[in-house]
Amino acid sequence: MNLLSYFRALRPQKSAVVAKERLQIIVAHERCQRSPSEFDYLPLLQRELLEVVRKYVLVKEDHIKVHIEKEGDYEILELNITLPEESRQAK
Amino acid sequence: MAKIIVVTSGKGGVGKTTTSAAFATGLALRGHQTVVIDFDVGLRNLDLVMGCERRVVYDFVNVINGEGNLNQALIKDKRVESLFILPASQTRDKEALSMKGVARVLEALKKRFEYIICDSPAGIEHGAIMAMYFSDEALIVTNPEVSSVRDSDRIIGMLSSKTRRAVQNMSPVKEHLLITRYIPKRVNSGEMLSVDDVKEILAIPLLGVIPESQSVLQASNAGVPVTLDKNSDAGQSYLDVVARFLGEEPPSREKKGFFTRLFGN
Repeated sequence: MNLLSYFRALRPQKSAVVAKERLQIIVAHERCQRSPSEFDYLPLLQRELLEVVRKYVLVKEDHIKVHIEKEGDYEILELNITLPEESRQAK
Repeated sequence: MAKIIVVTSGKGGVGKTTTSAAFATGLALRGHQTVVIDFDVGLRNLDLVMGCERRVVYDFVNVINGEGNLNQALIKDKRVESLFILPASQTRDKEALSMKGVARVLEALKKRFEYIICDSPAGIEHGAIMAMYFSDEALIVTNPEVSSVRDSDRIIGMLSSKTRRAVQNMSPVKEHLLITRYIPKRVNSGEMLSVDDVKEILAIPLLGVIPESQSVLQASNAGVPVTLDKNSDAGQSYLDVVARFLGEEPPSREKKGFFTRLFGN
């Protein structure tokens, strides 16, 4: 700590600090998109699940959502199937 | 064992060709058999920066297509013993660089040279991928500026997925961060990303920092690699980079002014 840094702290945020923060966010985001390696089976999983469900219930393609979320050390595989209104009573 | 080193960045205009010329010249000045290859087919410029543009007869693509042999295409530098240039073609497009052809030329060069420097074109397309594909090590040239840092990160991702070493599950390409066009004054006043900022974001080992310098433009005007200019701060920094690359620890060149010493920074 010295005299100069005391006065620096009083001034508004420097553009280099803003640049660093923006870069950290965008780079982290783009790294996630680039490394799907372990989860690149998701589209296939979604398609096969759709086929299985369709044997019993006629659901639309976009009514199945597969989603992976990272929380700390573990991942959550979330599976969402929306059944159509009329099919609930059928069969 | 010959080493293939790619000089790459993603973004254009950050100093890839300047670095390729300076680094290759620096290695040759240290007595190493060195060749520098221009991978920027269609937009060759290494020949101009190296000052041998009027001596180009056959080029990289001619050699790949068997229209000329390697000895006809290699240009021996007139200033530095053991330095050669393999120029790019100006009339073809980058697709002319076939994977097999590039592999064959590099294999032949490996028998003659200790260091093969590949000057990559900008971008992330075929030409850039060919330049990095066979590399053992990579110099990632980065300016302390948002778009350059982001593109460098992209390139680092490609080095770990799109190269021969990645595809064939060999040990990964050894990455070196080279920060160029650095202006300490602007860093101190908080308007430019610092070396530590860039290092932290890209998370690869730092090989060196080249200051923004008027001598770089003067060197390219004259067609002389900046490492041959003894009065150039950038040239001296490139020589330090070469020394560090060869495993030496050059003395720190950081000069502290009176006020910096008084107030810190």
